[in-house]
Amino acid sequence: MKKIIQAKGIKKTFYSGKIETPVLKGIDLDVQEGEFLAIMGRSGAGKSTLMYQLSLLDEPTAGNIIVNDVDVLKLSGKKKTVFRLKNLGYIFQDYALVPELNAVENVSIPLLMSGMSIKKSFEKSRLVLKNLGLDNQSNNLPSQLSGGEQQRVSIARAIVDNPKIIFCDEPTANLDSESARVVMDILKNLNRKGQTIVMVTHEREYGKETDRIIHLVDGLIDKEERLR
Amino acid sequence: MALFNKNLVRIGWFLGWRQLKRSSLWSNVLIIIVMILTFLNLVVVSGILVGLIQGSVNANKNYYISDLLITPLKEKDYIEKSQNILTNIELINGIENITARYRTSGTIESNYKLRTNFDDEPETVSTIIVGIDPINENLVTTMSQLLVEGEYLDSSDFDKVLVGSSLLRRYLDIESPGFDLLDDVFIGTKIRLSIEGQSREVAVKGILKSKVDEVDRRVFMVDSQLRSMISRPDLNVGEISMRIDETIVSPDRVKEILVNNGFDKNAKIQTFEEAQPKFLQDIKDTFAILGSIISSIGLVVASITIFIVIFINAITRRKYIGIMKGIGVNGLAIELSYVFQSLIYAIVGSAIGLVLVYTLLIPYFAANPIDFPFSDGILVAPLDSTLFRIGLLIFATALAGYVPARMIVKKNTLDSILGRK
Repeated sequence: MKKIIQAKGIKKTFYSGKIETPVLKGIDLDVQEGEFLAIMGRSGAGKSTLMYQLSLLDEPTAGNIIVNDVDVLKLSGKKKTVFRLKNLGYIFQDYALVPELNAVENVSIPLLMSGMSIKKSFEKSRLVLKNLGLDNQSNNLPSQLSGGEQQRVSIARAIVDNPKIIFCDEPTANLDSESARVVMDILKNLNRKGQTIVMVTHEREYGKETDRIIHLVDGLIDKEERLR
Repeated sequence: MALFNKNLVRIGWFLGWRQLKRSSLWSNVLIIIVMILTFLNLVVVSGILVGLIQGSVNANKNYYISDLLITPLKEKDYIEKSQNILTNIELINGIENITARYRTSGTIESNYKLRTNFDDEPETVSTIIVGIDPINENLVTTMSQLLVEGEYLDSSDFDKVLVGSSLLRRYLDIESPGFDLLDDVFIGTKIRLSIEGQSREVAVKGILKSKVDEVDRRVFMVDSQLRSMISRPDLNVGEISMRIDETIVSPDRVKEILVNNGFDKNAKIQTFEEAQPKFLQDIKDTFAILGSIISSIGLVVASITIFIVIFINAITRRKYIGIMKGIGVNGLAIELSYVFQSLIYAIVGSAIGLVLVYTLLIPYFAANPIDFPFSDGILVAPLDSTLFRIGLLIFATALAGYVPARMIVKKNTLDSILGRK
């Protein structure tokens, strides 16, 4: 199985004046293609920070990251943006939908950015929303959707352009148990079809449903649980 | 590369239009009102300033100079070969109407019957007395419409005059040594008219007000009577004005014909542009500069308003801007979305302003000119200069939309998503 993410010696230190706060202290991590990985740890352990480095939303202070055979830290800002568009999908804890765009428009953004026509991108987005059980809500604005529905729209946006990897930052944290269950089932279903997923969560119940859990403590991998 | 840029423009429009469409109606209305006011400030303020002088220019043309004015040479007080010139003019195709005026200097006196002490100064005013053919004069200068009191002259009127309002104190109350005005002159009042030692008592038939000194500081009577007083058997007149149908012949061409016939040796021949007082054009230019300065301040204020609106909009949406960047939307597309919003505000505001100016304000000021002492002010807004100002407004607004958007978009993506400073 191909290693889709190879991270070596990842360090991240935040600076505030003369105060240095090391958050990641040297992490080595590989993610296999098609793997469902959970990153767990207590608050402040560095799990979200690690995900931001792996997903190119931030740049580590030290270390190397290879994603899909590309040394991503050597990419320019613009090339990183294009790389994210073509290879990565994101699901955030607070859904992060653009409030002025309805569900289908939110989902269409990556497709439009890839150059697809509005008509075709809307058609494809509607199909993805339908597959996620949102065919009747596709014209609703985020404010007209429940939290669970918003998160499903967020998932639709993440997967609509067939990314290599989906990064999820606490995707169930803001949801009731029923909605969280639906979201987890969708993610598991996607993974079953071969989708690589990296998920940050503090909920062990959902972490256990992944292939592997890494536990972070004080910016280092404390232990690793291989579940499948 | 070109396609890529086209795609960014497309996405910028996609995001900008939807954001605008779904934002608060009232905030959009408010911003558009600001743009309309800015447009009006740009066009109307300078338009009215210029229009004050343009009103005076128009009055000079309509009530005195007309399209072509012929006056005596410097050393003469009449136009030589006047009748020859008039005959020639009548032969030119496109001349609509001609008026020939006799003119001489003289005085008019009021209250002379009540004067008991002859050591007192008489109530006299020096003026130009003009003899006109009432029908021809009216066809060229619409003089009958300038009456504020009384009636217009008939060709058969004997010993009756029209008096310019600036000769009467009740119309022009100025206390200045050497600037004489008559008191107690009303319709029917007898005044004494003196020319070269001859005096005649005439009745005031009408009072004229045009805000053109050559009308308001003069006395008008039927030409045959003035000619008898100044003994002008050669029929040489003092002024010739004419109205020209410019679709047939231009004033320049008429002048050229007269000059080619050698009449420039007998008279000074001027088109309206040449004959109009030069200071009017100077004031017009100065007012245009003044108007532009005031408008520029308005433009800066509007740009700052748009800047603040877009900046607040972008900063409150910083998280979403970060997310869009995060999921792969190019920063330029996001910046363009704000530029498009600004452009829509500017275009809608300008379009409404344009309709207001050309369908409401210009006709309104034409029908109800602003009553200034020296002119009837109108609104002057030539389409080419208005379009230039619209271009300026749109450019300034687009810039005012782009800069704050750029400031927010260039912030670190993750900091924007997480709301970190």
